Amino acid sequence: MTPDNTQLKNAIEVRNLDFFYGKFKGLKGINLNIAENKVTAFIGPSGCGKSTLLRTFNRMYDLYPGQRAEGQINLYGENILDPGRDLNLLRSKVGMIFQKPTPFPMSIYDNIAFGVKLYESLNKADMDERIEWALNKAALWNEVKDKLNQSGLSLSGGQQQRLCIARGVAVKPSVLLLDEPTSALDPISTGKVEELVHELKNDYTVAIVTHNMQQAARVSDFTAFMYLGELIEFNDTKQIFLKPDRKETEDYITGRFG
Amino acid sequence: MDQSIYKARKRANTLGLIASSFAMILGMVVLLWILFILLTKGFAALNVDFFTKSTPAAGSEGGGLANAIVGSLLMVISCTLISTPIGVLAGIFLSEYGDRSKIAVITRFVTDIMLSAPSIVIGLFVYAIIVAHIKHFSGWAGTVALSLLAVPVILKTTENMLRLIPATLREAAYALGTPKWKVSLSVILRAAQSGVMTGVLLAVARVSGETAPLLFTALNNQFFSADMNKPMANLPVVIYQFALSPYTNWVNLAWGGALLITLTVLGLNILARVFFREKS
Repeated sequence: MTPDNTQLKNAIEVRNLDFFYGKFKGLKGINLNIAENKVTAFIGPSGCGKSTLLRTFNRMYDLYPGQRAEGQINLYGENILDPGRDLNLLRSKVGMIFQKPTPFPMSIYDNIAFGVKLYESLNKADMDERIEWALNKAALWNEVKDKLNQSGLSLSGGQQQRLCIARGVAVKPSVLLLDEPTSALDPISTGKVEELVHELKNDYTVAIVTHNMQQAARVSDFTAFMYLGELIEFNDTKQIFLKPDRKETEDYITGRFG
Repeated sequence: MDQSIYKARKRANTLGLIASSFAMILGMVVLLWILFILLTKGFAALNVDFFTKSTPAAGSEGGGLANAIVGSLLMVISCTLISTPIGVLAGIFLSEYGDRSKIAVITRFVTDIMLSAPSIVIGLFVYAIIVAHIKHFSGWAGTVALSLLAVPVILKTTENMLRLIPATLREAAYALGTPKWKVSLSVILRAAQSGVMTGVLLAVARVSGETAPLLFTALNNQFFSADMNKPMANLPVVIYQFALSPYTNWVNLAWGGALLITLTVLGLNILARVFFREKS
């Protein structure tokens, strides 16, 4: 049921997490560890709560009244569900990339500088360097280095998504949450983003929600299968895809439901 | 397949097309008629004096509308400077902060009433609270009256435009740890900027032709004056007074003024459209 990762350091530890959309219980008693510098994938049919779970890690749900979480989520030992938490500070440490590319209505350069300026004051040269670094991390530098002043909206969908990844990486968070990052992209852009996820885990802890099981198999070290708000099985990705313990997991992976 | 059903539908389609084309032509004809008369009569009044000399005394020849043009410009510009920040910030409040709170609901309700309030009521209101107290008409009173008309328009458009911005963009901004005020100003307002600008331009276009609110507030001034604390000449009121007068010279000047206002409003509307199209 749980992966043999006791020798790994945990970035996030989820303990008895319940989540509510008003009266509806979206997550039921979730317990799991997300290992540092690894990729953890969340799979499961639509509405199983995988995105909901991801959105508790940076408390994105807080934007919407009526949504609340109970239990504990420890980020390097500190419970992020504590009422006194500074959410902006938390979100600067736990970055998030969304399903649809969301470039800000400004230049490519400013898109990335925007987040950096919030928490650091860099001079022009350092900022230039940081932006090149982030765009390189997102494998976008070569495509945009000559048009950094153009609007971020002028890029193609796949480039926009990589710009968003660069933007998320540039603020140097410790955890990156990817919420179906390739579901709006063509296969080639998807391939690029997947390669990127591989690269990113050297510096970041990555949690990725995906509808695409091959993607989970390709990019992740650990996989969690969720169903109806519960964590059904969580293990090494290999184990999950080759020899799952639970019947539900096997049915889902082999395409018998979901 | 039942041919008769298809034929009946085709007949209904033709009828509908004829009816709507007729309505469109009727509207266009009236509009073009107005423009035609305005252009023929108005152009005759336009000359250098029209823009450089002040309104002539009753019965005398010559003169122009310089004092009214400057007065209108001063009042419309100060109205824009006052009502844009108020309207835009209130729109941000309604869309980003207030949402469904009681104060937001009340503000929205009042705004809707203000949007449809007869402008003469606004004029009387400002007369009662300002003019009656300082005991004379003034450019500032006119500006306040115009602002009361412009703010609801700007507020409403701003709120609507901000609401069109997808929630994902908001979330993306928050996900970087951006404080709320910065999300609203640097991301959301920026994304909606062309729509908001359109709202401002339309509000300016609307107030620049308003007569009733100025009749009780700025009134008129026969002489050139840029002092906003004094009664101030302005195009709508001058047109109103001159057009009703028995003097040919005054009537001609009124036509010229009407043409000038119409072209300005038309220009602002076109500018607003261009602004909006560029983005979307």
